[in-house]
Amino acid sequence: MMKKSRRSFLKVAGIAAIGMGAAPAMNFASSGSGPVKAPNPEALHAHRWGMVINTNKLTDDVAEAISQVCHASHNVPDFDHEVDEKKYPGLRPVNPKQEIKWIWAEEFHYAFPDKEDEFLAERFHHLPFMVTCNHCKNAPCVQACPTQATFKREDGIVIMDFHRCIGCRFCMAACPYGSRSFNFRDPRPFIAETDPDFPTRSKGVVEKCNLCAERLAKGKQPHCVEASEGAIVVGDLEDPESEVRALLAEHYTIRRKQALGTEPSVYYIV
Amino acid sequence: MSKNTIVAGLAIFVIAVLSPFWFNMVTATQAAPKPELLGKAATAKKCVFEKYDMRANHMSLLDEWRDSVVRDADRKYTAENGMTFNMSLSTGENSCLGCHEDKAKFCDSCHTYASVDPYCWECHTNPKEIE
Repeated sequence: MMKKSRRSFLKVAGIAAIGMGAAPAMNFASSGSGPVKAPNPEALHAHRWGMVINTNKLTDDVAEAISQVCHASHNVPDFDHEVDEKKYPGLRPVNPKQEIKWIWAEEFHYAFPDKEDEFLAERFHHLPFMVTCNHCKNAPCVQACPTQATFKREDGIVIMDFHRCIGCRFCMAACPYGSRSFNFRDPRPFIAETDPDFPTRSKGVVEKCNLCAERLAKGKQPHCVEASEGAIVVGDLEDPESEVRALLAEHYTIRRKQALGTEPSVYYIV
Repeated sequence: MSKNTIVAGLAIFVIAVLSPFWFNMVTATQAAPKPELLGKAATAKKCVFEKYDMRANHMSLLDEWRDSVVRDADRKYTAENGMTFNMSLSTGENSCLGCHEDKAKFCDSCHTYASVDPYCWECHTNPKEIE
């Protein structure tokens, strides 16, 4: 038997170790074309999505239509909907305080409590102010979420991954606009007609407006814009050529609770 | 004397250890159901990965797809075999259910057999089940 010196053993062992390290590196280098993920070619893009709402153009009917189409297409439950007793027997009665809303008409003094005035112009008492998630630049809900279920996309949309939501409702406490709703119960019995293009939610998750991210991805404008008869415009706040920036340059606009520093991306022309 | 007891003990031990096999020999066992390929899936024959990879890893793929769609807004997935898919469980033509049309025979038959209960359908809807 050949006698091995310690020196020759270490040499062989060293070379073997290099060889073992080289194999995975070679495999990594040779695997050229992996799967490719890409956005839809027709998708709409922006650096920071924003919304301008012209309150002068909004009537009660239009406001109602906007809420209606948004909620129907996102499978938001309506607790006034009569439950199919055969399909869902023995449900407990609804609590109207647990209603779920993505976009709805609000009175001025609720939407803008800091701008309420003793001698406010009369028409403001009657105008419907459409309120929804403000997709804030400094979104407090994003900071509050312990699981990163709520997060800010690169294009400025504050969006939720419903899979990750654990229902702690910190985000609801953090949001100064009340834009978020919690599913205290299974929403399915209260959905009149389920839209197959969007999932429902399950009991125990929070939900809110997602600026129709699923439509922007298909190159379509959000539902509220289409239903608003020109009162709502959605576009890129960071593009000086965009329609929203033209509107902002031309009109005096207000935002909700600006003093809090959340930098809402929803502007109101008054 | 002690040899006999040891051999007898060993025999009992072996029989006891192999009892699951004896049990299966006397009772009728069910083979794992094969997911049925129907409709478009039957003609396409090609999915995101090979059959065995798909069986083993479809859950990780779905997890990856979800992050990609929700976080990066990337909704098109071009697999290594060159086919492009719409990264969605149940919406649209090129989604999972768009091709594998029968959820009961494709998803549920295996999941029931394997006694796994994924909660996909608590939120996602099967377009065929919406009346």
